[in-house]
Amino acid sequence: MGAVTEFLERLGGRATGAIHRLGFASRFLLLTLQNSGMCLRRFSLVTREIYFTGVLSLIIILVSGLFVGMVLGLQGYDTLERYGSSSALGVLVALSLVRELGPVVAGLLFASRAGSAITAEIGLMKATEQLAAMEMMAVDPIGRVIAPRFWAGVISMPLLAAMFSAMGVFGGYLVGVRLIGVDEGSFWSQMQAAVDFREDILNGVIKSLVFGIAVSWIAVFEGYDAPPTAEGVSGATTRTVVTSSLSILALDFMLTAFMFRGA
Amino acid sequence: MPTIAATDNLVEVENVNFAYDSRQILKGVNLNIRRGQVVAIMGLSGCGKTTLLRLIGGALRPTQGEVRVGGKAVSRLNHDELFALRRRMGMLFQFGALFTDMSCYDNVAFQMREHTDLPEALIDDLVLMKLQAVGLRGAHDLMPSELSGGMARRVALARTTALDPMLIMYDEPFAGLDPVSMGVIGQLIRRLNDSLGATSIIVTHDVAEALELVDYVYFMSDGVIVTHGIPDELRASDKPFVHQFVHGETDGPMPFHYPAEDYARDLDARQA
Ligand SMILES: Nc1ncnc2c1ncn2[C@@H]1O[C@H](COP(=O)(O)OP(=O)(O)OP(=O)(O)O)[C@@H](O)[C@H]1O
Ligand SMILES: [Mg+2]
Repeated sequence: MGAVTEFLERLGGRATGAIHRLGFASRFLLLTLQNSGMCLRRFSLVTREIYFTGVLSLIIILVSGLFVGMVLGLQGYDTLERYGSSSALGVLVALSLVRELGPVVAGLLFASRAGSAITAEIGLMKATEQLAAMEMMAVDPIGRVIAPRFWAGVISMPLLAAMFSAMGVFGGYLVGVRLIGVDEGSFWSQMQAAVDFREDILNGVIKSLVFGIAVSWIAVFEGYDAPPTAEGVSGATTRTVVTSSLSILALDFMLTAFMFRGA
Repeated sequence: MPTIAATDNLVEVENVNFAYDSRQILKGVNLNIRRGQVVAIMGLSGCGKTTLLRLIGGALRPTQGEVRVGGKAVSRLNHDELFALRRRMGMLFQFGALFTDMSCYDNVAFQMREHTDLPEALIDDLVLMKLQAVGLRGAHDLMPSELSGGMARRVALARTTALDPMLIMYDEPFAGLDPVSMGVIGQLIRRLNDSLGATSIIVTHDVAEALELVDYVYFMSDGVIVTHGIPDELRASDKPFVHQFVHGETDGPMPFHYPAEDYARDLDARQA
């Protein structure tokens, strides 16, 4: 009996703790949006961060995109061949990438490459009193440090997902057409005919934008909220990767359910 | 307190109490900083000097009592008023707190770029001038990670004074400096204060250097001001804690240890 109440108590404590944190994070997001004026006017602050978050993730995104596309080419050919429709390989590769794998895999890579770096950087700036010093200089760290990193993430993510998908289509082409010998003309023309701009591409872009917001929000919040110690920062970095990966997968399910039902 | 003295003070700390969680750090601190003076706050490590500076800068709120800067209670200012006040304050952080993602040059230029519309050419002159004053003009394109501890502190000092503030707070400006730089920095603090018509607060352990430099000294111990006076008075003082501090004696009324159980009893208890 005692064990049960204790368990329930602990469960309740966890739940209220999580809700409390979510509320705190929401207020933080609101504050970030309110203080975004400066960095949107002085856009060089954002481009600088786009360089660090976006460009540094570029290599891993491009290489992963290529491999994922090549695997899709192999697996897709193997399956389609059984039904004698290997000429639809282009459609399969493109739709899988644009609708799902592009946004999701690019988002996961972005979270572990850029999200963790943002958290660690902000956490360290806090631990070494750089944020406090900035505040003493009458410069708001939320506007000057947090908002540019947040917007840089939001902007980079759809671009990275698009590049991932483009690389993936190229990988599928390499394997399907060049290696296996699927007819090049039908590979491209069927892809062109079947991929719809609004239904497929736009929905994919919306997905990647939503993932970009989620990952950037989690990354800046965890960094800002990290205890000002080495363990605090490393713990926050891990939490960023875990929380944003789970959020991406959960959001992907919800978005897919809304976007592609019965289509 | 006579009215003339009250208007003469830039900073007034009145019966300030402060606690981190439940640990009482300041227990009714009273002190006044006269305009134009360089004032030292001394006390043993951990007695709450940095905390006091944070209260003056409005980064912390007193649990009781009031801090006034220029006649206005800092804890009652709204966000914009506080930021307006901070534009005219400079604070040298104990550990420098240089922005690690910017070069020394950009660190010093930071406030000029954020708060003024000065053209880059003028900022360039100002930054090099500030760095020259701390002897580090040649290091302007180094990143903070490439500096030694003492160099980082000197760059931080240049950054603190970048906008010629009216109130400058230095948290341990001499820590980690060699005797030559210490003398130079001491003179620089004095010269800046006098040429800008500013007011300076120095928190330091370096009694000899400070007594040479400052106009007035406050001694803190155990959360209160235990004595104050001009340097000559303190040198001549026969109060035991002043004597202890000025001459660096281990035995005396000032506690070196963080509050703890009786040592012998603690050891016994741990062995048991
Ligand atoms: N963020 C904090 N949370 C809890 N306690 C703190 C915090 N910062 C400081 N303290 C405690 O407050 C006391 C005073 O700290 P403070 O930094 O003001 O000391 P100080 O006089 O500047 O010491 P030093 O000369 O070593 O820099 C210390 O005993 C410290 O344990
Ligand atoms: Mg201190």
